[in-house]
Order: sequence, then C-alpha cells, then structure tokens
Amino acid sequence: MTEIGSSDLGATPAKLPTSVRRQPGVARLWFYLLLLPPVLWLGLLIILPHIQLFILSLKEKVAPRVYTYGLDNYIGFFNEPLYWMTLLRTATISILATALTLVIAFPVAYYIAKMLRGRTKNLIFVLALLPFWVSELVRTLGWIMLLRETGIISNTLLSLGLIPERVELLGNDAAIITGLVYTSMLFMVVPLINSLDSLDDSLIEAAYDLGGKGVAILREIIIPHAMPGIVAGSIVVFMLTLGNIVTPAFLGGKNSIWFTDQIYQKFIVRFNWEQGSAFGFLLLITSSLVVWLGLKLTRQSLAKTIT
Amino acid sequence: MIPSIPRSSAAKFTYAAYIFVFFVYLFAPLIAVSVFAFNDSQFPSLPWRGFTLDWFLSSAGRTGVGRTGLFFDNGLMSSIGTSTKVAIIVTLISVTVGTTNAFLLERMNFRGRGILYVVMLWPLVIPGVILGVSILQFMSTIANGLEDFFNIRIDFMRPGLPLVIAGQFSFIATIATLIISARLRKFDIELEEAALNLGASHWMAIWTVTLPFLRPSMIGAGIISILMSFENFNTTLMLVGSDAPITIRVFTAMRDGVSPVINALSLVMMFAMATLAIGLMFTGGSKDQGK
Repeated sequence: MTEIGSSDLGATPAKLPTSVRRQPGVARLWFYLLLLPPVLWLGLLIILPHIQLFILSLKEKVAPRVYTYGLDNYIGFFNEPLYWMTLLRTATISILATALTLVIAFPVAYYIAKMLRGRTKNLIFVLALLPFWVSELVRTLGWIMLLRETGIISNTLLSLGLIPERVELLGNDAAIITGLVYTSMLFMVVPLINSLDSLDDSLIEAAYDLGGKGVAILREIIIPHAMPGIVAGSIVVFMLTLGNIVTPAFLGGKNSIWFTDQIYQKFIVRFNWEQGSAFGFLLLITSSLVVWLGLKLTRQSLAKTIT
Repeated sequence: MIPSIPRSSAAKFTYAAYIFVFFVYLFAPLIAVSVFAFNDSQFPSLPWRGFTLDWFLSSAGRTGVGRTGLFFDNGLMSSIGTSTKVAIIVTLISVTVGTTNAFLLERMNFRGRGILYVVMLWPLVIPGVILGVSILQFMSTIANGLEDFFNIRIDFMRPGLPLVIAGQFSFIATIATLIISARLRKFDIELEEAALNLGASHWMAIWTVTLPFLRPSMIGAGIISILMSFENFNTTLMLVGSDAPITIRVFTAMRDGVSPVINALSLVMMFAMATLAIGLMFTGGSKDQGK
C-alpha cells in the first residue's frame, strides 16, 4: 500500500523531514496515524452512507418488517408524473437561474477585474462579497420583505401610481428565480473575477488596434479566456441551485415544489426512507451528471475547478 | 472595454449605472430586513408605524401580553446557544483534521494519494440534503442493528446534535483541509530541518516552527468553519433532533409567518457574520487557497 516504509532512501521523497527519512518504522507509524482521520471521516460519513443509501433505495416493503430488493422505488418515480415532473422542473429552473446568474454577473466581474484598479477595486470586490456572509435565510427574508403584497416594491409602485392596487409578487417562478440568482451571485462573481484577472490588457488593446469591435473582442478574446471561470461558476451555481431548499420554499407558491422538498417530505414527514433514498440518489445523479458533463465538455478537472 | 481604450461617455455612463443598479440589488434585501426590525408594528411590512427598539429589548411578552424582544426570547436565545456549541465543536474537529490532512497530503508520498485527494473533494459536490439523508439513514441503520442484536441503545446515532455536528463536519473538513494544505505547500522544509539540526525533536520542530507558520491558515479555516456551521441549513435540517440550531428555528418561525423579532435576529446575525468575515480578511488565511 505505501512506499513510505521502504528503506530505500532514494525512493522516499526529499520533502520528508530528516528524522522520518532515518527511521522507516516511525515514518510508517506516522503515516497510518495521519491516514486514520480521513479514512474515518470519508468512510463513515461519505462513502458507507452513500452505499447504504443506494442499498436502501433498492429495498421494497412487502409486509411489515419484510423487505425484498428491486427497482420499484425508481419505477415508482417514473410512473408518477408529480415526481418526475418536479425533478424536471427543478432542473430546468436551475439551468435557467444559472444562465441568468452568469449573464448578470459577467459585466460586474469584468468591471471589477478590468475597469477598476488598486484600492477601489479591493473595496468594490469586498462590497460585492459582503452580502453572502449573511445566512441564506436572512437573504430570503429580505426578498419576502421586498416582494410580498404589503412589501416595499408593491407599495412603491402603488405610491408612484404605476399600479392601481397592491400586487403580490411572491409565490411564482419569477420570484424563485430572483431569489436563486441572488443567492448564487457570489459563486459566479468570484471565479469570473479570478479568470478575468489573468487576462492581459495588452491582448484587448491589440485586438482593438487591429480594428476589432466590442462584440468581436468579447467573443474572440475575453470569453475564451474567461472560460474556466465561466465553467467553474456555472457548475457550482447549478449544484447549489438544484440542492436549494430555503429559496423555493419561501419565495415559490403552493404549486412550485422543489425536488429537495420531495426528499424532505419522504424522509422526515412520511417516513418513507426507501422511496426517499431513491429520490436522493436521483438528485445526486442529476447533479453529478451535470457537473461531469460540464467538466468533460470543457476538459477541466474537478480539483482545479473547486480549488 | 478597458480604461485605455476610448469609449463614448454614454457607454461609460451606462456601464457604471449597471454596476450601481447591481449593488442596489445586492443590498436591497438586507436593508429591507434591517429596516423592519425597527418598525413599531406587529408585522414586518409597510406602512411604517414609527421607530421602536421593542423587537430587540421588550420584555413585556414575559408577563403574557405584549411583545417579546429578541434578547428576552428564550427560544431564540437558546438556539443561538445551540448553534454556538455546534459551531465550536465542528470548528475544532475540522481544523484539527484539516491540519493532519495537510501533513498527510503534503508530506507523505503514498500510492492512492491522488485518489484520496479527489475523494476528499466529493463532499463539496454532493448536495447538502443528500449528505444529510445519507448520514441520517446510515447511522439509524447501525443504531437499529445494534439495538436488535445486542440490545444496546445508542442515542447519539439518532437525529440530534451529534449527527448535526457529524453532518456539518463531513463537508467543512474538506474546506479546512484545502485551506491549510495550501499554506503548508508554501512552507520551506529547510526551516524544519534547521530546527532538527539544532537539536530539536521532531515534535518540537513541528510545534515551534511549522505550526506557527500554519497559524494564519488555521485561524482562517476556523473562521470559515464557524460561519459555515452557523449558516448551514440543508444538511442540518435532515439531522436535527429536538434541540434546534438557529437556522432551523428561524426556518420554522418564518413558516409560521414572519415576525419583526426575526428581523431583529437577522440584523444581529448580519453584524456578527460581517465582523467574522472582516476578521477573516485580516488574517488573510484564505488567500492561499486562491478562492
């Protein structure tokens, strides 16, 4: 398993502290001690629980305390339009929200990365990040205050005479998307700024000197260069949007169920863990598939994208 | 497109206006939350009925009638306490494991290191809800098994704070590992070797040379852990028992209909989080990560 123990000095990395290099037995002990926490952490909290989740999703109840194994929980999902429509809706709205976040965030990221310099740049950057250290619940509460019938936007429009009476702006898909885009903004802006920061101004100047127009420069130079940031941001935003609970629960209406809410209902309210596990797995697969596709299409690695 | 390229003043103005509108959009919800914490009304909505500090300081509700301010609301205050307890434990474990992981990943060369690194990133791409339910059903299955076969009751594997801590730790540990590893990667190993040559033991060298070097990243990882633990909702929701952390309490309160007390609480939380976040910028601990 390990190369640490081998007493061949040449094979051990030069990085190892001297004492470790001299005592292979001690090094091996150290190695196993250091390996223990991640093995316990990933084994007991990530890998085994997910294997068990998969097994549970295959379990079918035939009588009290009697189970068989099969695909019934998954078949049940595809046979009940309410279930698969919800997942489809959740995924569609998530893609829409991700695209919208990108479109709104890009000019802002570009402005911070390329138009600003020095202290102003740092200040604006920090200012753009600050709202996201606030709990998602608080941010959602803010949108309730703004969008509800007795809220600020409705009242402002009324007093300006733009609408005849108060309007309820909560409880529809537009409200959900507004909230989702807002909540995701940070995760788009930061990778975009990081990738745009490394774009050399002289490239844009050269394109301009050669007669390139704004749109051409954007398409030929800026967007290709920002691609890693666009992919990283979009992947993270999509994932977080798909797995969101709070925003759809409070900003959406009675008919706009999010798929996470179905999972919550199955597990916590109905106590149908077998079906819930199948739902959980379907969400995990949808999410992983999109992440994987995004990485494949743009030839990037997970490690690079996240860190 | 960049300052050195000439543009019409109309284009410049439009761009600047867009940025301004963006920032209005960023701060509008937070300002709305804050303002209604001071409205002298039963509901956090217009019309404005005058300024009051009741939603923070009123203790009238204790006598049965009247308002209960945030600082006299036993339920809310106790869940702040619960969250604090959870955050401290999660942070201590995460930073400790993050540090040992950094040594494992940066100092040890072993087969499977690449795989371990990738697996460590998984918790960040698994939706929080799924982390929650997978841990919930896994621990319950084990607890049921132990109860059935050995007749032992294991309460800490049932929904409750120990599981909440485990759930939050399962992904915060990744973040701590990334931050602390990035810093250790920059450490000049010769410093440690110098200490060894001067007669320090292995432990002494790490304690007096390496760990002080890692300290900024450990503090940075700690602050991020506290923030993430305090604000975590999705994973916590699935694992929570009878003691509700603050996010769960706020969620339930918001479901029952919003009260200005929640606005007051939000304002206090905003200040606490902003203070921590600004503290984080001063430690510079997260800079190494490039995030």
